[in-house]
Amino acid sequence: MSPELALFAQITMNGIAVGAIYALIALGIVLIYKATEVLNFAHGDILVLGAFIAWALIALMGLPFWAALLIVMALMGAFAYGLDALVIRRIAGQPQFSGVMLTIALAFMIRGLVSMIFGPESQSYRTPWSGQSTQVFGVSFANIELVIMGVVLAITLGLWLFFRNTRLGVAMQASSQNQLAAYLNGVQVKRVNSLVFALGGATAAVAGVFLAPIALVDTALWLVTLKALAAIVLGGFGSIPGAILGGLLIGLIEQYAGVYLPHGFKDIAAYLVLIGVLILRPRGILGEAHGRRV
Amino acid sequence: MRFAYDTEYRQGFALLRHPEDWANYGLLAALLLAAPFFASNYILGEMAYVLILCIAAMGLMLLTGFTGQISLGHAAFVAIGAYAHAWLMRQGVPMAASIPLAALIAAAAGLVVGIPAIRVHGLYLAMVTLAFAIIVEQLIGMWRGVTGGFMGLSVPRPEMFGLSLASPTAFYYFCLAVAVVVLLGLLNLLRSGLGRAFVGVRDSEAAAAGLGINVKRVKIGAFGLSAGVTGLAGALMAHHIGYLTPDGFTLLLSLELVLMVVIGGLGSMRGAIMGAVVIGVLPVAISRLKAVLPDVVARQFGLELFVFGAILAFFVLFEPRGLNGRWLKLRALIQSFPLYRRDTFRRQKAYMKSERDK
Amino acid sequence: MNAPLLELRNVSLHFGGLKAISGLSMTVQPGEVLAVIGPNGAGKTSMLNLVTRVFNASGGEMHFKGADLRRVPRHRIAHLGLARTYQNIELFENATVLDNLMLGRQRFDQGRWWQQLLRTPALTRMEEDHRAQVEAVIEFLELSPWRNALIAGLPYGVRKVVELGRALCTQPELLFLDEPASGLNPEETRDLAFWIEDIRADLGITVVMVEHDMSLVNAVADRVICMAQGAVLAEGTVEEVQNHPGVIAAYLGG
Repeated sequence: MSPELALFAQITMNGIAVGAIYALIALGIVLIYKATEVLNFAHGDILVLGAFIAWALIALMGLPFWAALLIVMALMGAFAYGLDALVIRRIAGQPQFSGVMLTIALAFMIRGLVSMIFGPESQSYRTPWSGQSTQVFGVSFANIELVIMGVVLAITLGLWLFFRNTRLGVAMQASSQNQLAAYLNGVQVKRVNSLVFALGGATAAVAGVFLAPIALVDTALWLVTLKALAAIVLGGFGSIPGAILGGLLIGLIEQYAGVYLPHGFKDIAAYLVLIGVLILRPRGILGEAHGRRV
Repeated sequence: MRFAYDTEYRQGFALLRHPEDWANYGLLAALLLAAPFFASNYILGEMAYVLILCIAAMGLMLLTGFTGQISLGHAAFVAIGAYAHAWLMRQGVPMAASIPLAALIAAAAGLVVGIPAIRVHGLYLAMVTLAFAIIVEQLIGMWRGVTGGFMGLSVPRPEMFGLSLASPTAFYYFCLAVAVVVLLGLLNLLRSGLGRAFVGVRDSEAAAAGLGINVKRVKIGAFGLSAGVTGLAGALMAHHIGYLTPDGFTLLLSLELVLMVVIGGLGSMRGAIMGAVVIGVLPVAISRLKAVLPDVVARQFGLELFVFGAILAFFVLFEPRGLNGRWLKLRALIQSFPLYRRDTFRRQKAYMKSERDK
Repeated sequence: MNAPLLELRNVSLHFGGLKAISGLSMTVQPGEVLAVIGPNGAGKTSMLNLVTRVFNASGGEMHFKGADLRRVPRHRIAHLGLARTYQNIELFENATVLDNLMLGRQRFDQGRWWQQLLRTPALTRMEEDHRAQVEAVIEFLELSPWRNALIAGLPYGVRKVVELGRALCTQPELLFLDEPASGLNPEETRDLAFWIEDIRADLGITVVMVEHDMSLVNAVADRVICMAQGAVLAEGTVEEVQNHPGVIAAYLGG
C-alpha cells in the first residue's frame, strides 16, 4: 500500500472514531431536544463531569475500566434526571431563548464545579487498549478507536431497539411528537422527559469516558457540544439518523482538514460547515423541509 | 402611582420626565464626574473597564433586547473593533479617526453576519453567531501579518488632538464621555421611527411587514448597528488591555455579554447598563471575597464561572425581566406604597407554545 | 359605476396539490363596505393574504388603483394605502398601545437615521405630527385609558380595537378586517358596527371585512360576497346572498 493511501486510511479511521463520539453526543442532544424542545448547551459539561469522575475512579481508586464506565453512566444518568426534574422542567413553555440561557447557566455551574473539585489540570487514565494497535493491510489502527466504533454502534442499535420495542421507548417517541396527545393517552410526560434527559446523560457519560483516552480529561472537552451542534445541523436539525451521519461526517471533515488543508483549518472546519449549511441548506442532509406558517 | 399630565406631546417624548428623575440622574452624573477625586487609580481603571462593558452591552441589547435576534458571538465584534483600532493606530492613523473607523469596520462585519439572519433565526442564528465568533478567534490567531497571531499586538498609547489619554483619569473621562454619547444616541434612536421598527420586527414580523417596514433591511441594519457599537467598545478595550492576544476575546466574553443583557433585563438600555456593572464588578468582588473565604473555596479556579452560572440561572428562573424589572417593581412599590399589590406585575400564564415549525 | 378600487381577476393560490383559491375574481368599489362570508376553508383569509402579499399568487391578476399588486413587495403594500387586521391578532405584545399605534405611522416619513440619532428639532416636529394623528385615532376609538398600557396585559376586546386603530393610523384607502367581531361580546360588536360606519362615512375609507357574525354584516355591509372552495359563489345584497340556494347548500355542506 502506498504511503499516501495508508495515511488516508489512517486518518479516515481516526475521523470515524472521533466522529462516532460526536455522533453519540449529537444523538443525546437531539433526543433531549425532540422531547423537551430544550437545546441542551450543558451536554458537553455533563460529559466533562463524567470524564473526570471516570478518571477519579480509574486513576485514583484503581477500579477496572468497565466498572468505572457503568458507574459513571449510572451517575450521569441520575444527575441529568435530577437536572431536568429540579431545574429545567421549570421553564417548560417559555421561549426557546430561556432554555438556551438556562442550559448555558448550568453549563457554567457544572464546569465551575468540576474545576473546583478536580482542579484545573488536565488528567489522563489508562484503558485496557491503551497503546495497543492492530495491523490491517499494513496500516496500523489504534485498538481504542476500534472499540469506540463498536461501542457507539452497539449503543445506537440498542437505542433503536429500545424505541421500537419497549413501552417506555414508545412513550418517549409519542411524547416527543405530541406532548398533549401523549399525556391524554396516559403517558406521564414530565417523568418521561426527565428519563430522556437521563438517557442523554448516560450517553454523554459514555462519550466522555471514551473521548478522554484519545484526547485528555480536561474542562475544554465541553467544546464538543459545539462540534455536536455542527453535526446536528449538517445531518438535519431534529433528525436522529441525521445526527449520527452528521457526527461521522464532521469527524471525517476535521481529520481531513487537519492533514490536507493549511494549518488552523482543523479547528474551524466544523464551524465553517455549520454556517455554510445553515445559509445554503438549512434543513441539512436528512432534515424535513418545513415552511413558516403565518 | 404617577400619572402623566402632559399638555404637549413634547413632554411625553422627554427622556427625563419627572423632577425626581432629574435629581436622581443628576446625582449619578455628579458622582461619576467626581470619581477621580476620591477613587484610586486601580478603581478608576476598573470603572473605565465597566464603562466599556456598558457600551458593548448596549450594542448587544440593541440586537437581542430590541430586535429579538440572539447573538452568542458578540465578542467577535469586540475583537474586530479592538484589532482594527490597534492596527490603524499603528499605521499612523490618529485616534480621533481610528476609533470611528474601527467601529465602521466592525459594523461592516456585522452586516455580513446579519445576512444569514434573514434566512435563519432563533436557535439557528444563535449557532451561526457562536460559530462566527470561534472562527474569528481562530483567524486572529492565524493572520499573523496584521494581528500578530498568538504572539499578540501592542496597542499604541491613546492620544487625541495632542492630549494624552494614557493617565487613568483621562482615560476614565474619555470612556465616560463615549458611553454617555452612545447611550443618548441609542435612546434617541429607540424613541424614533427606527427604534419602533426594531420593536415591531421583534414582536411580529408579519405585522411589521404589513405596516410598511422592510423587515430584512431592519434586521440586517440592526446587526450592523449593534456590531458597530460593540466594535466601538472593542476599540476602547484595546487601550484598556494595552496588548491584544486572541485569548482576550474568547467565547467566554461573548457569553458574558449575553449574561449582561439577560440579567439586566431584555428590552431596556438601563438593563444593559445594570447588567454590565454587575458582571464587570463581580470578578473584582469575588477576588476581594476570596480573602475572607475559607482557603479550600477561595483558591478554586472555577468559582467565578460557577457564580456567573448561578446568577444567570437565578434570573432565568425567577426574574426573567432582569435587574431592570426588579428595579421597576421596587420603584412601583415605593411610589404606591400602601396600595401595592403583589400581583401588579404578575404575568399571564404562558401556555406551551411550540417553536418547532418556525 | 366608477373604476374599481381593487380588482382580482382569475386569481389562484396553490400549496403543492392543495388549491386554496382557484379562479377568484372580484372587485371592490371605492367607498363601499364589502363583507366576505363563507364556510370555513373557503379561502377568505387566503384572499386577504394574497392581496397583502403574505402569499404569492400562483396565477391571475390583482390590481389596486391601477398598480399591479403581484409586483409589489410585501412591505410596500402599506405605502399603497392598504391596511389590514389579522384573524389571530398580530400586535406588538411587549410594546405599549401608543407604540403600537405609532408603528402604524411607519409608512410615512420617520426622518433620516442621523436626525433620529441626534433628535433634531425637525425630527421632533415630525414626531409631533405623527403623535397628533395617533391621538386622533385614540380619541376616535376611545383608547385613551389604555394609551400607555402594554399589550400583553390587555383584555381581548381591547386588543382587537388597538389592532383596528393601528390599521387606521396608516391612513389607508382600503381597510381589510379579518373577522373583526370574533371573540367580542354583543356590546363590543355594536361599538364596532358604529366605528365601521364612521370609518366609511367620516374617514372615507373603503372597508372589506371577512366576517361570520351575520348581525354585523347586516348592520354595516353594502354588498356581500360568499366564497366557497376558493371562488366566489354568490354576490349581492345581504338578502340576495342569504337566499341564494348555493349559499345555503355550502353552509349545510350539501
